Amino acid sequence: MQNNIELYFSALTQNETFARAVIAAFAAQMNPSIEELSDLRTAVSEAVTNAIIHGYERDGSRCVKMRCTIDGDLLTVAVRDDGCGIPDVELARKPFYTSKPELERSGMGFAVMEAFMDRVTVESALGKGTTVTMEKRICHAER
Amino acid sequence: MEINAQKRGSGLVASLVGELDQHNAEKARIMLDTMLRDITIRDLTLDLSGVTFMDSAGLGVVLGRYKTIHMRGGRVIVTGVSAAVDRIFRMSGIYTLVERR
Repeated sequence: MQNNIELYFSALTQNETFARAVIAAFAAQMNPSIEELSDLRTAVSEAVTNAIIHGYERDGSRCVKMRCTIDGDLLTVAVRDDGCGIPDVELARKPFYTSKPELERSGMGFAVMEAFMDRVTVESALGKGTTVTMEKRICHAER
Repeated sequence: MEINAQKRGSGLVASLVGELDQHNAEKARIMLDTMLRDITIRDLTLDLSGVTFMDSAGLGVVLGRYKTIHMRGGRVIVTGVSAAVDRIFRMSGIYTLVERR
């Protein structure tokens, strides 16, 4: 049976630490290794940061949605914003590309998500928003 | 985010304590840049032993300070790198610019 949680929170960067704590607490039942937990926390942090500073351009009155699903040993996290959308997803996913060089972003957000999760898919529509869906098999899971 | 810094000759050792995510990266950047206004500083050592979390925003902080220091002809050194921080440093290729000790 699937286990789901859904979380809505204001698009404020101080909620990044909260989002990381939530994914770690939810994934704990899968008995992950310390490294797997670290990977999950980092990937979620990247996706949430993108939603806040790119999707919503730091408009803290907007809401980020995070949906997490456990299905056997597979953990799926979908981070959604209803913000501006990404004009060119392929370009945005390229390492070192950033649309906000003035913020000193490293342009490594998607590269980190891809390195630390097994699968990352991005659905985006201009003016409608972006959903980043990330999957990871937790090898330490009890079967 | 807390930064304790100590100047030794032309080197600055800055110890970062806390989670280096986007929220704290902005604070860290302002604090470090304020310290680096002292143009007699050539080399920067970032002691990351107190960093309990880092994502790509932290990479941006290190790369940004590297640019400043590199223009002065100095070096950036990172110490106290945890296994988790090391993974993100390695995947980014930052060790070609910044020395780990």
